[in-house]
Amino acid sequence: MRILDRMPSPVQESQQSTAVINVSRRRFLQGTAGLALGVYLAPLLVDSANASAATTQADFVPNAFVRIDSDGSVTVIAKHLEMGQGTYTGLATLVAEELDADWSRVRVEGAPADAERYKNLAFGMQGTGGSTAIANSYEQMRMAGATARAMLVAAAAAQWGVPASSISVEQSLVRHAGSGREADFGQLAEAAAEQPVPGNVTLKNPKDFTLIGTLKTPRPDSPAKTDGSAIFTQDMKLPGMLVAVAAHPPRFGATVKRFEDTEARKVPGVVDVVRFAGGPWRFDGVAVLATNTWAASQGRDVLNVEWDESQAFTLGSDEIMARYRELADGQGAMASQRGDVDAALAEPATLIEADYEFPYLAHAAMEPMNCLVQLGDGRCDIWHGEQFQGLDRSAVAELLGIAPEKVSLAQLFAGGSFGRRANPHSDFVLEAVSITKAARDNGIDAPVKLVWMREDDTRGGYYRPMNFHRGRLALDADGKLIAWHQRLVGQSIAAGTAMEAFMVKDGVDATSVEGAANLAYDVPNLQVELHTPQDIDVPIQWWRSVGHTHTAFSTESLIDEAAVAAGQDPVAFRRALLGGHPRHRGVLDLVADKAGWSQPLEPGAEGERRGRGVAVHESFNSFVAQVAEVTVRQDGSYRVDRVVCAVDCGVAVNPDVIKAQMEGGIGYALAAVLHGEITLDKGVVQQTNFHNYPVLRINEMPAVEVHIVPSTQAPTGVGEPGVPPLAPAMANAIFDATGTRLRKLPFTNKLTT
Amino acid sequence: MATLTINGESHQLDVPDEMPLLWALRDVADLTGTKYGCGMSLCGACTVHLDGQPTRSCVTPVSAAVGKQVTTIEAVGENPVGEAVQTAWRKLDVVQCGYCQSGQIMTATALLNGNRNPSDDDIDNAMGGNICRCATYVRIRAAIHDAASTLA
Repeated sequence: MRILDRMPSPVQESQQSTAVINVSRRRFLQGTAGLALGVYLAPLLVDSANASAATTQADFVPNAFVRIDSDGSVTVIAKHLEMGQGTYTGLATLVAEELDADWSRVRVEGAPADAERYKNLAFGMQGTGGSTAIANSYEQMRMAGATARAMLVAAAAAQWGVPASSISVEQSLVRHAGSGREADFGQLAEAAAEQPVPGNVTLKNPKDFTLIGTLKTPRPDSPAKTDGSAIFTQDMKLPGMLVAVAAHPPRFGATVKRFEDTEARKVPGVVDVVRFAGGPWRFDGVAVLATNTWAASQGRDVLNVEWDESQAFTLGSDEIMARYRELADGQGAMASQRGDVDAALAEPATLIEADYEFPYLAHAAMEPMNCLVQLGDGRCDIWHGEQFQGLDRSAVAELLGIAPEKVSLAQLFAGGSFGRRANPHSDFVLEAVSITKAARDNGIDAPVKLVWMREDDTRGGYYRPMNFHRGRLALDADGKLIAWHQRLVGQSIAAGTAMEAFMVKDGVDATSVEGAANLAYDVPNLQVELHTPQDIDVPIQWWRSVGHTHTAFSTESLIDEAAVAAGQDPVAFRRALLGGHPRHRGVLDLVADKAGWSQPLEPGAEGERRGRGVAVHESFNSFVAQVAEVTVRQDGSYRVDRVVCAVDCGVAVNPDVIKAQMEGGIGYALAAVLHGEITLDKGVVQQTNFHNYPVLRINEMPAVEVHIVPSTQAPTGVGEPGVPPLAPAMANAIFDATGTRLRKLPFTNKLTT
Repeated sequence: MATLTINGESHQLDVPDEMPLLWALRDVADLTGTKYGCGMSLCGACTVHLDGQPTRSCVTPVSAAVGKQVTTIEAVGENPVGEAVQTAWRKLDVVQCGYCQSGQIMTATALLNGNRNPSDDDIDNAMGGNICRCATYVRIRAAIHDAASTLA
């Protein structure tokens, strides 16, 4: 079967392939600069049932991140999920750079669950998020490549009887200039595997980079993603596999009272109907198992489920927002404080007061959530776009009462995620396991692929939290900003999760106030407070750029209001307050220059008003500034024509990927600005599919220009930082065009002034 | 049992007539390049060609494909326009997560089959039904122009 041939193997630690190398050489590589490098050798522990996918004796597996096959192909094992952000390209670039590999022969495979070898050094556990992939891997992956290179060189030196120092490597060719001898990586792989692992290797001086910072690293996933052969969870099939589609309760917190499945069982292809137990923060429900997705979905649609809603959440969005507004009248937990805002706000020359409203947002990845599970005796094998191995593995183990080592997680491509697949409550993964277990308990011992249909995904919760922000700023008579007071109201993402212990301090979830509490502008009196309502039982989660999705909007809108009140140019006003933040200033200067900020904006056609707005924001240690240009038509409709973007993310490992992430981040943010809104009516989510949860389409996409600040600083993330500045830059542009300040998201689709 | 001609080959598929072509292709014929995104003809991820016309397979019953040539992403590269589109997509590294790109490529190929020199407005009109959540639209537009220039 074609699919099976292409299917990644599950990897388990309990069995070792006999085909893999010399276990005696398993040892730790010396760390450098405090970084723990991967465990040496890490015999790629491959399920013997799938040994065909295993390495062969002639392969060279110098560490947990690189394998060199006897045909000379280099396989980089990616510890991070590829969900579109280009991490496979980035990780492979780092390895290939130090290995001096021929890029056209570099492949990438997703790593299995293995907390020790594949942990995210920024998290201390395995997972992808927070735009950390390249930042935490920069030295680790380069070390992996350099180590492999040293062993290939040592093997060649031994074979040729020449000093290693006289050998050069270029494009996967190992050469000895003096004798004219050369060998391909593949020819040396077996001998290299016999070499001792060097205790210490030297990394290249950045000036000698040939791949990092260049355009010579096209995405390794492009071919498979353009001919239909890339395998996502949705595409996985195992022998005898059933597809499960589940009925979820209409309100969060409801449970199954009783259900009737006669009609469902009549649908051809339906094999069984099972009730599955929910848990804290995950759905209770009934699943239909069938031989294909269509049958499962048809069966689910004719289930008759009666729900117990005694514990269900029943508030609507308007009521929630009203409550948040009320909370903002009182003092919250202190997130940041300096000077005395009360005194400075007592008699200001100019007072700016503004309220901002943010709705719940669904991630709406193109691939709705799904997960394939196979249960065996005392073990569980899982395939999906796995973003949070650290938590998912232990959650599954706990649910099944087995050891975490008995849970394997094969990482597939994810059809988008934007944070959703890193669920702190492992919601859809545990749902898939629960359904598979319920089926097994019913005597159906089959692998089960849980598929959420689009409606299930849209209504599945784990939204970007609703937020309310109140801002009060004071300027003195000279137009100097003297006080900045913000109250933020919103649910805590970290509360009740494994992250709470280190993310929530003194009642303040860092992800709720990031981007506001650490305001970069030099203002003598600053106070940022947070209210965290405890009684809103809507499941929430990080959504591409997390707290910055809302804090960048309110802070960059407020500073723009201050600039206008002070009668100053918005770029110059910001610039003057960023003296202590050269990287903010760097991107601001670059974007102003590239956008032609000092020149007047070209006028629109007759009856059209044009405007330009700027925003600058730091997130995930990267700095991004954007200038948005809008045209407002006579009827009040408007469009974003162009966005100029400047980014400083340290060393630009893959400039084209950075550019792509800025383009995509701008588009993702624009979707939320124009359309994004999940609303509840008496606890019921009102949106279901793309007709009532619209996202961005090509006709709404502006021209985007991206400029990268040259830098020698350590690289930082780019997956998220392109998102935050777009909304405020756009609001500021609309103000520039019309004099109207938009403070509620999503924006109204027609301006009335 | 339905007999379909998919990518030039005849397939006997044991499916009900009303099953959407999407699921017959994916779950029965094992051609998984065509993707499910919405099931309501809203996102275009499921786009295939029926006798060369771009068609949303998620709302097209199998019975409507009988007697027609079904072309999917797996074989679109066998015609020169499809190949030019795939080549342009790779040259410009259009893809991010990649999930919608089969549908994007099928729609773009159909556009270029009928219009070898599309304007930006033509592209917006033809591609407006294909959602990309990664918002690779800037590159989709550029890649269609690029493919058009190689076909000229």
